[in-house]
Amino acid sequence: MTAVVPSPTPGTSAASRLVRHVATARETGILLALVLVVVVATVRNPAFLFSSDGFRDLLLTPSLLLLLAIGQAIVIITRNVDLSVGSVLGLTAYLTGRLFIDVPGIPMIAVFLGGIAAGALLGLINGALVAFARVPALVITLGTLYIYRGVNVAWAGSDRINASDLPPDFRGLGTGQLLGIPILTIIAVVVLVVAAWYLRNLRSGRELYAIGSDPAAAHLYGLNVTRRVIAAFVVSGALAGLGGVLFAARYGTVSSGAGVGWELQAIAAAVIGGVAISGGVGTVWGAAIGAYLLLTINRALPILGIDDFWQRAVVGVLILGSIVLDRVLAVRQSRRLIAQREIGR
Amino acid sequence: MTATTAAPARTYQLHTRPAWRRILLTREMAIIALLVLVIVVALAGVRNFDSPLTVTYLLRDTAPILLIALPMTLIIITEEIDLSVASIVGLTSVTTGVLAQGGWPFPLAAAAAVVVGLACGFVNGFLVSVVGLPSLAVTIGTLALFRGIAVGLLGTTAITDFPEFWSDLAKANIPGTPVPAIMIPFVVLAIVFAVLLHFTPFGRSLYAIGLNKDAAQFSGIDVGRTKFILFVLSGGVAGFAGVYFTLLYSNARGDNAMGMELLVIAAVLLGGVSIFGGRGALHGVIAGVLLIGTLGSALRLAGITSDIINVITGILLVLSVVSSSVLAWIQNRRAAALGRKNGRRAQSPD
Repeated sequence: MTAVVPSPTPGTSAASRLVRHVATARETGILLALVLVVVVATVRNPAFLFSSDGFRDLLLTPSLLLLLAIGQAIVIITRNVDLSVGSVLGLTAYLTGRLFIDVPGIPMIAVFLGGIAAGALLGLINGALVAFARVPALVITLGTLYIYRGVNVAWAGSDRINASDLPPDFRGLGTGQLLGIPILTIIAVVVLVVAAWYLRNLRSGRELYAIGSDPAAAHLYGLNVTRRVIAAFVVSGALAGLGGVLFAARYGTVSSGAGVGWELQAIAAAVIGGVAISGGVGTVWGAAIGAYLLLTINRALPILGIDDFWQRAVVGVLILGSIVLDRVLAVRQSRRLIAQREIGR
Repeated sequence: MTATTAAPARTYQLHTRPAWRRILLTREMAIIALLVLVIVVALAGVRNFDSPLTVTYLLRDTAPILLIALPMTLIIITEEIDLSVASIVGLTSVTTGVLAQGGWPFPLAAAAAVVVGLACGFVNGFLVSVVGLPSLAVTIGTLALFRGIAVGLLGTTAITDFPEFWSDLAKANIPGTPVPAIMIPFVVLAIVFAVLLHFTPFGRSLYAIGLNKDAAQFSGIDVGRTKFILFVLSGGVAGFAGVYFTLLYSNARGDNAMGMELLVIAAVLLGGVSIFGGRGALHGVIAGVLLIGTLGSALRLAGITSDIINVITGILLVLSVVSSSVLAWIQNRRAAALGRKNGRRAQSPD
């Protein structure tokens, strides 16, 4: 099923080197696809990359999805899924606007912390329900998708946050740049690096993979499955909360429909990036590149002469293509491992 | 696995509940009771809820969900899922519209749309059964793909011109009643699916697959073929629902029925089907769909905005699954306590 091979000394045996090799190959493949899209689109229309706007959009557009995709990848690695991230993003984006309106002169950092904390709380609700009630995450987060969105709509009504409600400093954050790189992108990449380092190097990060590969075995081994799963959902919620704050900064207008359907995009990004929906496999790097590929293709299609309307079909083909590819790689790898075992005897 | 599977292993003495309890104290009955309760309260407290028009609109609008919930129940019982159904509705709606506009006789266009639905189901079934991919991932992909083709074909334009005879038929009632005519094919399909699920070896094998795929395979059930058939069925029914949807609103658009997949799944799970597979019954599912529909209709009539309906749907869904976990836990504790009393070691299912 999953490609993670337990070995007593990680990083030394042939098997784990092979696993690492395959894993790298997987992300490299997606990265190459991304580069290819950018190159082809740039050849067709140099402004796609070589204009200040083009370069900025290339980096900026996927930044918010990137945050959601990181959280989603962490949750999917534990063999769960978080369908509520779009609703969490919408709710915290509206909260951000309300904080600026209702608390005049509130410091920006407080708004950030408030948004992240609210997101984490919503994630905690998801995680606690999933972990304690032993109910599949798909069902719980489908329920909270409706609930959070409903609360948002009931709270906001037909009201919406306008750019003029937000302080200029905050708006500047959404569009501003540092050394030519959008600030939003910098934030997203910092989160990405921290998440990737955590998943790769820390014990609790590795435990997430163990849980996703085989929850029962992880439990028998003595891992605190409940706590880790809750933590994964809290992280996913917190990142969606951060995404909500940045959404308000980036777009200025927040209606009660903000973030509708983003959950499927986030899952799609993770799946395209090689995070297996059955848990235990994949990296946040992959999910991040997946997010970039997804949204960059959307922007590149019109330049390549394909009608915008076909974007979603292309996304579908990408998702199907990448899961079929993963399957082929997994089958080939398991054959190779069996062959190796035969030789080893 | 749900904890209930552990129960029958012990002595009969412990588990022979009276027949009335076995029949009445089920999740399906709880949902039906809740549905009746909602109807009674709405009749008593909501103005105009008792008008025949309410029944007509309620059944008309929930008909696509009712239809799609039938095959979805079977799929979830085998521990799979089909997230692409709403996209299939969109695609077949567009197919119907484009072909009808292109001069095809309407019945032919409708038949072609159902064939397109079957083909979509074929793609899902192929990827799940033959290639061996998880259905959650596959149908997220085809959700985007089918919707993408639908939107790609029509863009933002809509086709609204349909032969009057057929669109009138979709809106017609059974003469002399407030019940829409679409209920006739629905009831026929529901009976077919109920017989298929509850009274045929094929249907019983679905439960076996959902409880333990490998054991089912070893006992001679062709798991792959069975799932394949279910996905094709699901596509076909979604195609039919797409044709109906198009006629009912006289509108073929790429984004028709967007997001309906989640509503269908919520209704099916609310109706007592376990997402772990192996458990569930059609009468519960039908009650689940009607419960969501009735609540929505009653609240709208009471002047509450439709947003609250989403919150209630969500809360019902979470409560329904959490409550079954809690019940299983209590049952488990009780069985364990009884087991101790009888001097045996009770085994925990976990």
